Amino acid sequence: MTQTFAFSSLVPALPELFLTVAALALLMLGVFRKEDGCRQSTLLAIIAMAIALVLTSQLGGSVSYAFGGGEAGLFVMDGFGAFTKAMVLLGSAFTLGMSGTFLEREKIGRFEYPVLVLFATVGMMIMISANDFMSLYLGLELQSLSLYVLAAYHRDNLKATEAGVKYFVLGALASGMLLYGASLLYGFVGTTSFDGLAKVFGAEHAVRPSLGVIIGMVFVLAGLAFKISAVPFHMWAPDVYEGAPTPVTAFFAVAPKIAALALFTRVITGPFGDLAGEWRQVVIFLALASMFLGAFAAIGQTNIKRLMAYSSIGHVGFALVGIAANSVLGIQGLLIYLAIYLFMNTGVFAIILSMRQKGRLVEGIDDLAGLGKTHPAMAFVMMVLMFSMAGIPPLAGFWGKLYVFLAAVESGLMALAILGVLSSVVSAYYYLRIIKVMYFDEALEPFDRQTDRPMRLVMGLSALVVLVFTFIPGPLLVGAKAAAAVLFPAAAG
Amino acid sequence: MFAIGLSHYLTVAAILFTLGVAGIFLNRKNVIIIMMSVELMLLAVNLNLVAFSSFLGDLVGQVFAMFVLTVAAAEAAIGLAIVVVFFRNRGTIAVEEISQLKG
Repeated sequence: MTQTFAFSSLVPALPELFLTVAALALLMLGVFRKEDGCRQSTLLAIIAMAIALVLTSQLGGSVSYAFGGGEAGLFVMDGFGAFTKAMVLLGSAFTLGMSGTFLEREKIGRFEYPVLVLFATVGMMIMISANDFMSLYLGLELQSLSLYVLAAYHRDNLKATEAGVKYFVLGALASGMLLYGASLLYGFVGTTSFDGLAKVFGAEHAVRPSLGVIIGMVFVLAGLAFKISAVPFHMWAPDVYEGAPTPVTAFFAVAPKIAALALFTRVITGPFGDLAGEWRQVVIFLALASMFLGAFAAIGQTNIKRLMAYSSIGHVGFALVGIAANSVLGIQGLLIYLAIYLFMNTGVFAIILSMRQKGRLVEGIDDLAGLGKTHPAMAFVMMVLMFSMAGIPPLAGFWGKLYVFLAAVESGLMALAILGVLSSVVSAYYYLRIIKVMYFDEALEPFDRQTDRPMRLVMGLSALVVLVFTFIPGPLLVGAKAAAAVLFPAAAG
Repeated sequence: MFAIGLSHYLTVAAILFTLGVAGIFLNRKNVIIIMMSVELMLLAVNLNLVAFSSFLGDLVGQVFAMFVLTVAAAEAAIGLAIVVVFFRNRGTIAVEEISQLKG
């Protein structure tokens, strides 16, 4: 019996295949050109991401599988995947566009940078579309290995290389834990396919899952919690965010976070969908611990990149509230939250990348003093973003939080929602402190004028999205709802 | 008669995995030892996968083990490269000396 291979069966993975080929082509281009073509490579990489975005948007209409027969395929493409991949591609493209000037000024503008970002993006897209623990692992490692190198990209800088070492060690530990969990699940259930696992767990309603399955699931969740930097697996995040070059930090804070949360969602609603009783306590604990640690640990920070690390840990906590709700409404809230987070964070990092005094990059929160007088436009954008992150209506950040908490209340998690709002109040302190420093403190050395066009574009766009979302929320709400409904076929049908 | 069954393989793998995790957290000396511990963890996973695969009569586990082996090699290469770059800047790879970033 011979099986013929049809190329049309690869269509669901077309964006990933295209990006992989584009990354390889850029690598060849970079190797064969004599001079360092960071600019050209960056531009081409952004164009490749835009094409991949168009391809992705064409594929999300129905559920389709690739690399294997039917539902046992290693790779799945659906509305949820299309939505989250679009966010990842936007995040990667924005942060890549912001990094060119920085890299050239720091004299690390080499063509490898956009290539590594492209490979990391391909890894993230494979993670999002994983339908089997094998493809999950390979996607995750493609992303992680690229990110380890990116963290240490400034190789003559002690802090950056130290960040790389720390990220590598803890990331490898997390991958090991995830794999051990996957091997136990394979042994006790007999399959690594998400659909296969979901069928087994869904069928044996009467039987409680065996101890091996529970241990395997906890290991998998712990490994994934490392990747989204949820407390108590967050300790790498502040060090890596502070040490890595700032454009890399901006990238870390946006795209991999969204991809890892999407992966977490897919694993928890797919194969573990019928084990909600078992994992719910774990997710609620992760959410609470992340929200409160994010709020309290950020208060004493003086370095703005470190502050953003704790802030992003807090945001992961809020996003996990949506996952804990385990409903269409909860996942819709999560997706809205992530989309808003994407724009808020790229905007803030565009401002952090503009913090230069006489050509030297500064990272202290005190260095923002007097920004309201010296750079009114930049200070206004920062103020809008900080109010939005604190969750003050009518800005976008408020709606993001509202939707996840509504979903939690709807699922009967009233206590979690109340504690979440309380932690949000605490975190408002340090966001408001930045605004106070900008507008009420005496100006020191003013920042250099920001002349980089992509940077100003990102700043303006993020402020616009955050301001306008209240008035035209429609497209995002509808898109997120359709994407979330894909994960709960039983509720829709 | 003493027969080696699945549970023996699982026990050995569990012990190896625990040793690997303990090696990462208890080690105060050298980053290279941490990297060896990571390899130990991955080997424990491979042992698990192959033992289960043979026990279940299913090839997926062995395919998975092949992927893990491949990725482990790539991971070791990248890890060593990062450690070399760190050594150039710091002049040492003692674990206590990796302490520029804290707070």
